[in-house]
Amino acid sequence: MQPQTIFDKIWSSHIVNEDKNGECLIYIDRHLVHEVTSPQAFEGLKTKKRVVRRPNLTLAVPDHNVPTIDRTKGIVDNESRIQVDTLLKNCKDFSVPFFNIDDERQGIVHIIGPEQGFTLPGTTLVCGDSHTSTHGAFGSLAFGIGTSEVEHVLSTQTLIQKPAKNFLIKFTNKLGKGVTAKDVILYLIGQIGTAGGTGYVLEYAGEIIDDMSMEERMTICNMSIEAGARAGLIAPDEKTFDYLYNKPLAPKGKDWDMAVKCWLKLKSDPDAKYEKTLLIDASKIEPQVTWGTSPEDVLTINSTIPNPEQYTNSEKKKSVIRSLKYMDLKPGQKLTDVEIDKVFIGSCTNGRIEDLRKASKILKGNKINPNVKAFVVPGSGLVKKQAEAEGLDKIFKSSGFEWREPGCSMCLAMNADKLKPYERCASTSNRNFEGRQGRLGRTHLVSPEMAAAAAIKGKLFDVRKI
Amino acid sequence: MKEFTEVQGVTAPIELSNIDTDMIIPKQFLKTIKRSGLGEGLFYEMRYDEKGNLNKNFILNEKPFSDSKILIAFENFGCGSSREHAPWAIKDFGINVILAISFADIFFNNCFKNGILPIKLNKEEIDFIISNLQKYKNILKVNLINQVITLGTSDIKFDIESHRKESLLNGWDDIDLTLKHKEKITSYEENNPNSFWIHIER
Ligand code: SF4
Repeated sequence: MQPQTIFDKIWSSHIVNEDKNGECLIYIDRHLVHEVTSPQAFEGLKTKKRVVRRPNLTLAVPDHNVPTIDRTKGIVDNESRIQVDTLLKNCKDFSVPFFNIDDERQGIVHIIGPEQGFTLPGTTLVCGDSHTSTHGAFGSLAFGIGTSEVEHVLSTQTLIQKPAKNFLIKFTNKLGKGVTAKDVILYLIGQIGTAGGTGYVLEYAGEIIDDMSMEERMTICNMSIEAGARAGLIAPDEKTFDYLYNKPLAPKGKDWDMAVKCWLKLKSDPDAKYEKTLLIDASKIEPQVTWGTSPEDVLTINSTIPNPEQYTNSEKKKSVIRSLKYMDLKPGQKLTDVEIDKVFIGSCTNGRIEDLRKASKILKGNKINPNVKAFVVPGSGLVKKQAEAEGLDKIFKSSGFEWREPGCSMCLAMNADKLKPYERCASTSNRNFEGRQGRLGRTHLVSPEMAAAAAIKGKLFDVRKI
Repeated sequence: MKEFTEVQGVTAPIELSNIDTDMIIPKQFLKTIKRSGLGEGLFYEMRYDEKGNLNKNFILNEKPFSDSKILIAFENFGCGSSREHAPWAIKDFGINVILAISFADIFFNNCFKNGILPIKLNKEEIDFIISNLQKYKNILKVNLINQVITLGTSDIKFDIESHRKESLLNGWDDIDLTLKHKEKITSYEENNPNSFWIHIER
């Protein structure tokens, strides 16, 4: 047989039908659902009198709209409440398992999937959410879909797809001190651009990936979509299995042992073919921060704001001018001179227990700058509980951070957590688009450690110097 | 879905790359549980100022572009969030065709599910259309059957995958098409050697 990549292996084992144009019907093993992209899909099922084919392979949770302070009153915002209630009603009507907001397992879809062992290697996993790429950290072929496709999966447990192309991102050497998974993925996006991965599945490999924890691998795969890729993939290994072992929805006993045997075969074959390969020297990567309004507008922390004149492409020049105006930054200005108003630690990129541990390590014994308002939003109820058991909440609170309830929060500002116009934020989330964190708000994407450093200094700062 | 054959109408150039779905329809419009009515929020933060007044300088607010049926932009159109609210808003505004140098994957897919035709052209073709639009009252004709865009006397051919074309022309619903393979799906499930660990008992 021809040597295969991990993508090829998962893809070929999920083909239900292939037509003459090479278009495939692929089987979907896991479907995550949240309140924002599902109501119209359930409505479609109801109008056409269709059913959910495999409710047990589906898991729903409200996350985008939920309040992060005081949940005793329920959801105050009318529209948000209707959307969450609609999700819960739809789940009941169609027997889809869900976690309500008073359940300690509630959290961001991409955090609870792995946490529950719902995400497994070798599976196809989809969700009406672009950051579904996160689950690729487990060797699951995971990608975001639109609402029509959510309806398609609910009713058929399949999707119509064409195979993606393979793109190997291979890292050589080791990371420097104070450089994190977030810096690695931001750096990569800076190199290949936000459309660099379009049509591809990015497979990450190299010593630094082997050395990374599951949390770090999830951060990397999470932002694959920001490089335009359909999905990110990392071959499962002992760390993957250790993470999943005994998780509530993972296989148990003899099934577990046999499953691990299957999963060990997923690794790409040694001479598998990739349409594209990129080698990156990891030792060259330094802490990253975005300066513009696209994740590809990224620089190392010790750089200065670029001059639009340095771009020969006239269209790029125009977009840089537009970004600088929006961000209120001047060419030549040092990034470390940029003062910030808010710090947000959370999201499906960096809202896991290890992210909180790392940020709190920087904060321990320090107070945040009095001009900064900072808050932490754990990615799930279980992350929150674990952090509290370790006393991390106390470190955050005594440094001046607020400690919140789990959800998406100011990653996309659909709930009450927003930037005010012109406020500037160091954020551990994944998108710095215009208005993403609040109308006219200005976002600088950073790692949790860099966010903590920025909170202490009141400006963007190189965490290696703390 | 309605059948799609030909669209003729005003074409609005938005000369930007990386038009993301947050820009196309910002989050405050995502709280709806309906598909309709989103045209109001299309490009909201560019169309309205902070006080909610129309921004006179934004193209879709000017006549004749307020009646556009076609959009034209540069690279990576529809990047970012997977929200299908983006094509819903575009469609609800009255736009049925988008021309761009490239599209983000999920958005591209979502268009077809909603009877919108996204067409990839090369940079020269996009530049040619933008610079000559005015001469012809900003009107383009897009014919799906012949796969031709007409601007005045010039014809530009475009590519589209045959099954996508067929689906649009016939207004087919993907779910109905897939349900024709119901037996194959069942047989896949029954014969899958991995089902012992894929299956979840609850
Ligand atoms: S945390 Fe942000 S990126 Fe992640 S699912 Fe929520 S809104 Fe989307």
